[in-house]
Amino acid sequence: MIKTNDLILRTTTTLIAFILFGFSVYLFFAGHNKPGGGFIGGLMTSAAIVLMYMAYGMESVAKIIPINFRVVIPIGLLIAVGTGVGSFIFGQPFLSQTFAYFQLPILGKTELATALLFDLGVYLTVIGVTMTIILTIAQDRKDETA
Amino acid sequence: MSNLAILPIIIPLLAGILLAFFPKKLPLVRGLAKLTTILNLAVVTYIFAFVKQNGTLILETGAWKAPFGIIIVADLLAVTLVLTTNIIAVAAAFYAPKSLTDQQETFYFYSFFFLLISGVSGAFLTGDLFNLFVFFEVLLMASYALIVLGGGKAQLRESIKYLLLNLFSSMLFVTAVSFVYSVVGTVNMAQIAERVKDVDQQGILTTVAVLLFFVFATKAAVFPLYYWLPNSYSVPNPVVSALFGALLTKVGIYSILRVFTLIFTHDQGLTHNLFLWLAGLTMIFGVIGALSTNNVKLIIAYNIIPAVGFMLMGIGVFTETSLSGTVYYLVHDMVIKGALFLLIGALVHLAGTSDLRKMGGLIHHYPLLGWLFFLASLVLAGIPPFSGFIGKLLLLQGSLAKEEISIVIVALLSSLLILFSMIRIFIGAFWGEKVEGLPVDKRAARAFTGPIAGLLALSVILGVGAEWFYPAIQSIGEYLMAPELYIDSVLKE
Repeated sequence: MIKTNDLILRTTTTLIAFILFGFSVYLFFAGHNKPGGGFIGGLMTSAAIVLMYMAYGMESVAKIIPINFRVVIPIGLLIAVGTGVGSFIFGQPFLSQTFAYFQLPILGKTELATALLFDLGVYLTVIGVTMTIILTIAQDRKDETA
Repeated sequence: MSNLAILPIIIPLLAGILLAFFPKKLPLVRGLAKLTTILNLAVVTYIFAFVKQNGTLILETGAWKAPFGIIIVADLLAVTLVLTTNIIAVAAAFYAPKSLTDQQETFYFYSFFFLLISGVSGAFLTGDLFNLFVFFEVLLMASYALIVLGGGKAQLRESIKYLLLNLFSSMLFVTAVSFVYSVVGTVNMAQIAERVKDVDQQGILTTVAVLLFFVFATKAAVFPLYYWLPNSYSVPNPVVSALFGALLTKVGIYSILRVFTLIFTHDQGLTHNLFLWLAGLTMIFGVIGALSTNNVKLIIAYNIIPAVGFMLMGIGVFTETSLSGTVYYLVHDMVIKGALFLLIGALVHLAGTSDLRKMGGLIHHYPLLGWLFFLASLVLAGIPPFSGFIGKLLLLQGSLAKEEISIVIVALLSSLLILFSMIRIFIGAFWGEKVEGLPVDKRAARAFTGPIAGLLALSVILGVGAEWFYPAIQSIGEYLMAPELYIDSVLKE
């Protein structure tokens, strides 16, 4: 199969993928006070990764991001359930959340909540599930023609 | 505040997640799965003893007060059902390695298995209508994965029907919950129950009640909505069928029991009469199905349906005795359906076919298995010393006290036909001449027998030792007739 020259797609992807990653991280952290959160942040990150897959093809992206997305799902779930179970240690009911204010170097006075950890679990699970679905369907086609 | 109540949900959930990390290391995965089910059974037994001693356990997750947060309510009814669920989980975990191929096991069987157990326990324990929906989805998602595991042609075909129907009924569930929310303004079951009495227009509540019943009846396979069940329960692997047959329809029945004893008790003339009619029809059509086929797997799958009819009859009659009977029958039926599906799995494996006409003479090779099956038939039909008898007796006593004579006649007649359909398998498969050229595999038979014998032993104890269990069952019946107890324990007034 002759590859078409997709220089424009690849060049814009290098730029846009960065913006997408940045925006998804922004959405993830914004979730507590503005629209956003783990779910939409995770979807946005997966969108960026999918864009890279579309521009560069399966093999090269698999080399750049050497992650087995199937393992990301249980990691995310473990973090999410872990934040719930963590409250057992402090004698609180399951899924209790807490927060505290910290003086951080650049950001100044910041509220850090354990709800963010739960959101991190959601974020990873969403990336894992989305990428597993898309990559499984994509690879299925390749196996058939081979 | 007690985190004990959440443990039956969390332990299988964590186990399922952990086992997803290394699906290929089979000996380790199997060992861990067996260990976790036993550990979980021990924990649940402790919770059961605790609840029996100290009364209902309430957990307000995240320390949010009752009507505002999600609450987990571990009352005696829920804990009893969770305990039964875990007993079946142990039997299934020990049966699974023999019944599944290595390839099926490596494709995350145990992860889905534990998610299913977690979802079922969650559905039993939750005290929130929308949370009930979420746990329904958890167990249904796991069941979708388990039903196609292996990817046989028949499995793919039946899973499509199963999936479409369950998606449809789940969608109706959400609609019904949104109606409930728009009428009473809450999804907490205790608060709904409290507010239902104050709604001026009872008609809309009756409509919502029937809609919710329609949803749960689809999950539980009640008469006009049972069509999906027999085929989709007979195509997957025997372990999966056993889990489905023992747990899934029972979650539907439990939801009907909970919702129509706690929340919608305002128009019994309509709803509970509807239950009685449907219960009668469910029994008749289920039994006709069981007699109509020569496929042994289908016969057992059809036998789920009349059992659902029996339990619904208890809810329809709505007296203390009949509700006790429903609870007793629910526990009995979970155990015996688990055992029967495992037995049939062993039978089909050893006979090499699921066609009754091609089997015969298996008792010459596998006497223990044969007599276990005979015992299971007697338990299922409700022959006196066994557990099926006590449940049916309570149900019939309750119905006679309310003078519902016709349902009693239908119930007795369908019991007779259930016995007939089971004995047909016993005579066809175990009696008669040996089939020529059938390889005899005594080792496999022995491996299958362990979990089956365990479940059957429990079933026999449930019947013979009915006097030990009866006080607890009777107190559940009283508890269900007095919804104030539930409301007070949750809302703490």
